[in-house]
This record gives sequence, C-alpha cells and structure tokens, in this order.
Amino acid sequence: MAEILRTEQLSMEFGGLRAVADLDLTINEGEIIGLIGPNGAGKTTVFNVITGVYRPTTGRVIFAGQDITGWRPDQITAQGIARTFQNIRLFNTMSVLENVMIAKHVRLKATLSEAILGLPRYRKARQEHYQECLELLEKVQLDDVAFEQATSLPYGKQRRLEIARALATEPKLLLLDEPAAGMNPQESLELMEFVQRIRQEFDLTVFMIEHHMEVVMGVCQRIYVIDYGVNLAEGNPEEIQNNEKVIEAYLGAVDTNA
Amino acid sequence: MEGRARLELMLTLIVVLLTFGVLYIAQGNMNSFYIRVLNLAAIYAILALSLNLILGFTGMFSLGHAGFMCIGSYVAAILTMSPASKEIIYFMEPIHPWLANVEWPIWPAILLGGIIAALFGFLIGFPALRLRDDYLAIATLGFAEIIRIVVTNVIPITNGALGLKNIPSVDSLLVYWGCAIITIFVLMRIINSSWGYAFKAIRDNEIAAQAMGINIFKHKLMSFTIGAFFAGIAGALMSFLITSIDPTMYRFTFTFQILLIVVLGGMGSLSGSVIAAVIFSIAMEVLRFVEQPMNLLGMEVPGIPGMRMVIFSLALLLIILFYRRGLMGTNEFNWSWVLNRLGIRSSHRVKRGEAN
Ligand SMILES: Nc1ncnc2c1ncn2[C@@H]1O[C@H](COP(=O)(O)OP(=O)(O)OP(=O)(O)O)[C@@H](O)[C@H]1O
Ligand SMILES: [Mg+2]
Repeated sequence: MAEILRTEQLSMEFGGLRAVADLDLTINEGEIIGLIGPNGAGKTTVFNVITGVYRPTTGRVIFAGQDITGWRPDQITAQGIARTFQNIRLFNTMSVLENVMIAKHVRLKATLSEAILGLPRYRKARQEHYQECLELLEKVQLDDVAFEQATSLPYGKQRRLEIARALATEPKLLLLDEPAAGMNPQESLELMEFVQRIRQEFDLTVFMIEHHMEVVMGVCQRIYVIDYGVNLAEGNPEEIQNNEKVIEAYLGAVDTNA
Repeated sequence: MEGRARLELMLTLIVVLLTFGVLYIAQGNMNSFYIRVLNLAAIYAILALSLNLILGFTGMFSLGHAGFMCIGSYVAAILTMSPASKEIIYFMEPIHPWLANVEWPIWPAILLGGIIAALFGFLIGFPALRLRDDYLAIATLGFAEIIRIVVTNVIPITNGALGLKNIPSVDSLLVYWGCAIITIFVLMRIINSSWGYAFKAIRDNEIAAQAMGINIFKHKLMSFTIGAFFAGIAGALMSFLITSIDPTMYRFTFTFQILLIVVLGGMGSLSGSVIAAVIFSIAMEVLRFVEQPMNLLGMEVPGIPGMRMVIFSLALLLIILFYRRGLMGTNEFNWSWVLNRLGIRSSHRVKRGEAN
C-alpha cells in the first residue's frame, strides 16, 4: 500500500500550550483511519494543521509525496485533501445545491467577463457543474432537498451535506471531524456504513476523528490515540481496546462524556 | 429556454425599455430641480450597489467608499474641463502642462474615473484586505482620508483645497440612470455567477470557503476592486451633476450616508440598495425644511444645519435595533414571486435551481 499522508514530528503551540506535540502519523491509500482521544486532546488541531488552517510550530506534513507544510488551505484542497468541521460550517444563506457548487468554483474554466456577458463557454461550464453536483447529491441521497435552504435541514442531513460538499472538491483524502457527534447509536451506525460506501465509490482514503470509541471500532482499520497532543498508542481496534495506556487515559474519560 | 424563463426575460426587457421611455419623457417635461434629484438618486444607487458588493455580499467591512468616489470625481473633472477654465481656476499654481489642454468627452472620462479608482482599490486592498472586521474598517477609513489629503495637496493636478469649478454640466437622466442600469445589470450578473457565490461563501463562512478551495484573498481583492470601480464611476457622475467639487465633500460623512442607504435597503440585496437610494435622495429634499428656522408652538427655533442627517441616523439606529434586515434583507426583486402572486405557475419545479 502506498503512503498518502505523513506527518513528521508535527507540533502546534498556542502561546504556552502544546496542543500537538511531536506527532508522527502515517496513512496509506484506501485506508479508513481513526483518530481518538479525550476532550481537548488536540485532535481538531491536528486536522487544522494538516489542512493549513494553522501553520505548525515545527514539523512537516507530507501529502502524496509533496511537502505541503505552510501551504494555504485552498492550495491544500486543490491538492486533494477535503474536510468537514466539528461544529458544522455550512453556507447559511445558500441552498443545499449551492453549498455543493461552491466547491466547483475553482474548477470553472471561464472568466468573470464571460460570466457578466453571459457567454456560452461560461454557461456551458456552469451547467456541467450544476449537473455534476445534482448527481453527487443523488449519490449521497440529498437530491430531494437540493433546493432547500441548507440550514433548514435536520442535523443529520447537515452533517451529510458537509461530507457531500467535501466530496465535491474531488479529494483523495477525506478528513472527518466527529461526523457522528450528536447522533444516536442507530444514526451513527448508518453514518459509518455511509462512510464505507463513499470510500469505495469515490476511491477515497478516510481519516476520521471520533470521540466515541465504539463507533470507530467497526470501520477503522487502524486507530491513533492521542492525549495532550502526544501519540499515546497506535494499532488495530483490538490492540487499542486492550492497550493499558489507552484504557487508563482515554476510557476513563468516556464516562464523563456519556 | 423554457416558457417561464422566456416570460421573465421578456418582462425584464419591457421594464428596462419602459424605464428608458419614462426617463425620456421625464427629461422633456419635469422641471430641472426634480431631474436633479433623480440624477442624484442614480448616483447614490451606484454608490450603494458597489458598497453592498463589498459589505453585503462579500462581508468586508470597508469604510473607504468616499475615497474611491473622490478619485473618480477628480479624474473625470480634470479630463473634461475646458483648457480655458483650467487656466482661470488653477491660479495658485498653474495646472501640470500634460493636463492643461486635455478636453475629453464625458464617456471616456467616466470610464477612466472608474478605472483609476479601481486601481487605487487594488493597491489599497492589497495590504488592507489582510485585515478583518473593525481593523479593516479602520484601515480603509484611514486610506480614504489619505486619498483626500493627497488630493488636497497635489495642487498642480487638483487645484488643492480650492477645488474645481466649471466642470461640464450634464443633466440628462439617460446618462445617470443609464450608468445606474448598467451597474445594476453587471452586479446582478456577478452576484448570480460562480464568483458571486464565492463572495457569498466567504461572507457566510470564511474558513469553510477556504476549505472549498477558494482563494480568499484573491476573491476579496476582486470584489473590493470592482466595488471601487463603480464608486469611481459614481464619483465621475457626481462631478458632472454638481459641476464644482472640492476635497471636503469626500469626508467620512459621505461614506456614512452610503452605508446608511445600504443598511436601509438590506445588506446583500441589490434591489434594496436601489430602492433605498431613491428614498434617501427624495427624503433628503423633502426634509430640507427641518434645517430651516421654524416656529414651534410659538417658539422661534433657529435652523439647525445637519438636522436631516440626525433624522437619518436615528432611522438607522432604529433599523439596526429593530429591523436589521433592512427593507429587503438579502432578498431580491424577482419575477417568479410576482408571477406566482398573479397565479402564473412554473411548469418545472427544478427550473428554480437553474445554474446561472
Ligand atoms: N486557536 C487556538 N488558540 C488557542 N488554543 C487553542 C486553539 N485551538 C485549540 N486550542 C487548544 O488546544 C487544545 C486542543 O484543542 P482541540 O480542539 O484540538 O481538541 P480536540 O481533541 O479536538 O477536543 P474535542 O474533543 O473537544 O473536540 C485545547 O486545549 C484547546 O483549548
Ligand atoms: Mg475537536
């Protein structure tokens, strides 16, 4: 299996706080990898550093053989990393379809003057993206609400829309930040099936943060556990479940989150 | 094109033609005072539309609009004044020889006014748009003031604090409203295009927009430059409407008036900006009496200059407190709504989401 993402001694400091400390991760093509850890362990910060929201204090991020440390988020998206957000960040004033079409803007092969004049090249390109996005919405079963206001969707569908929007950027690697947050066990299960299905269909690698260990155990081939920004353990679900350090540091915290 | 879409296009064309017809008739029959008020309304409309692009659609809190307008005003005035009046007016220091004999027709002067304002928008946007919110507001405010002070001090070009007089007068409704209609058309196209959605995405959620691959800085700069361009056009028109300008006109209070119109009409609504601009211009005239000496309940009240702006500011305060959406919120005037009200239904539901 070819490696797709690697972090080398990645650290992120906020003032005196080390949110991520000397983290080494390796993710291979086609895997579904979990990232777990208690509240404030630094999971979201890892995503923010990988996607360029923050520039790491030290260390490097290598994606598909290329050093992307310090790149802008839009450049990293163009390179093939897409993400969702822990606290949903939809475009509130837009419809479901418009939310997804935003991702196609950078791929538009026409100029602003062509758009203003309404020239065929622009209209054709835009129409193609419109069709593509409708098809994408069909694949994620959001086509029935394509023209609804994004914020009018129930919570679960808003989460799915965030994933759809990320898929519209045509990523190789998809980062999901607590996609099952706020869902009941049944919904979480469906979501995990959904993640497995899109991984197949869109030929993705998935890197997923999850608070609830049970949820990730089912889908992830390997799991990284971090606490206080430090890599605590790494291994397959079974190894993680039986890891002393994890049980001590992490499972102790589960109760407080229940 | 489907029947319904064609109908809507036809209606739009009819309204535009009717507007021009009405303007043409009005020009021949209305007294020059009313024409002047309407022309001013057109200028305010362009200013509000362009500030709305920056503020309402892209979410950039810019307060530099009067500065861009100032540039457009001066460029157009200097290019169109006759060499004879330049010789008379520039008596502190003679005008720079390159400009002394220039006497352009109004249209290229208006266009260049817009282009130079856009150039300044680009140059100012470059450092300023790295800032956000209140910091951006302060920076743009500062830049607008710098523009004004530079204009006051490059006397061989601008005639300094004395300002310019004898600028060719244009009173044609078609010129002012023609420009306003072009502005409306262009901005409508931009707003509904892929770029417009990118601007709105940045406004709605900058981090998400960036994660969707949008280069935030580039798009902000684009929106800001386009806004500055139209502010420059409006400035040029202002020169031709009032025929004498000086740097004090372009103080922050002017930006504040435009801001007021934008908020009144609804941040994120082009139609709102146009409607509010017309209301504002007419109200400014109607309310003139409040600045005259009055007899209130037997008491002689002296005229208070600036009283109209006090009224408008109070109106703004009330809107922000109780009706933050303004007249139109983020809605636009649209035929679908009108036609549906008239009971003319669309045949295909999906058409609603037609890409544009
Ligand atoms: N922009 C920031 N500035 C300062 N501190 C930050 C910033 N972002 C995160 N932190 C801090 O870094 C630490 C890790 O935060 P992070 O959000 O990555 O945790 P997490 O593992 O995602 O937690 P949760 O499970 O609650 O989502 C926390 O102590 C947080 O307060
Ligand atoms: Mg988090």
